[in-house]
Amino acid sequence: MKIYLNEQPEIIAATLSLFELRQQKKPGADLLIVNGYPTDADQSLKEDDRVVLIQRGEQPTAEDLQHLMMARHTPGVHEKIKNSCVGIAGVGGLGSNIAIALSRVGVGKLILVDFDMVEPSNLNRQQYFIDQIGLPKVEAMKENLLRINPGVEISTHHQRVTAENLTQLFSSVDVLVEAFDAAEQKALLARNFLSKVTDKPLVAASGMAGFEPSNSIQTQKIGDRLYLCGDGTTAAGPGRGLMAPRVGIAAHHQANAVLRLLLGEEPN
Amino acid sequence: MQLNINGQLRDFAEPMTISQLLQQLELAPERVVIEHNNEILTAEAHNKQLQDGDSLELIQFVGGG
Repeated sequence: MKIYLNEQPEIIAATLSLFELRQQKKPGADLLIVNGYPTDADQSLKEDDRVVLIQRGEQPTAEDLQHLMMARHTPGVHEKIKNSCVGIAGVGGLGSNIAIALSRVGVGKLILVDFDMVEPSNLNRQQYFIDQIGLPKVEAMKENLLRINPGVEISTHHQRVTAENLTQLFSSVDVLVEAFDAAEQKALLARNFLSKVTDKPLVAASGMAGFEPSNSIQTQKIGDRLYLCGDGTTAAGPGRGLMAPRVGIAAHHQANAVLRLLLGEEPN
Repeated sequence: MQLNINGQLRDFAEPMTISQLLQQLELAPERVVIEHNNEILTAEAHNKQLQDGDSLELIQFVGGG
């Protein structure tokens, strides 16, 4: 019978149980994951089961790491997204959170574009560290993403996205994410990407400042390939700041919309 | 002239361009993305003349991210 052990095909006796498999392959394993879900109990195995055996605290080889990380995903997800490419325009509050979520889930390639440097005021919501202040955000983000998942290919561009350069910067993406701060930049990107690149979806965000209720943030579809996440109205401004929880909610609406698009599902 | 704007039918007395419509609706053109009869418009296309029965989706972005 064929199963997948640490994502590699493995022929085992049809009668072999989970615990017997552990005994044969990795007796020290104390975390057993079957079809994306951890289990403590012995169980019989069936054709095409996906089993991952992990010994807690052990540093995996780079090769094994990807398999071990992907073990918690729903089976089949990783295969579908590992060859995909996602562009992220802006790696501030939205983009840094989106990049991390997409790296953890195992998107194969990310293209990060941002002209900005990490500064102290960013740390209230953006995924950087104090010792990264002064670095270009795209470089700091690449460093952080590779510490999470060295298997992601990351291309960085420390520059401003313009109407002229965006088709070239993002020519190879399967999905583009708009993750800017300024409303004018958001609209410029959406307007130009949707009119010049005719077959790729755009996942944008508008309205996530302040501490209004979480559930006012939604994902909506506009036209045939624009997905807009946020509440659409709460602009950042005097008296209403941008804070980690709500920016994070909008960012993860975007990240999940991207994941659903890559898996062939409608985001909303 | 009747226009379908974000799913609602609205009547306008004068013929006008898209820029003029934005002005009348008090929308900042640089923060708006316009889908005109299922086509996303570039900034240059904002001087397009609107026709009776046109359908528009006006997507207004607010700042923050």
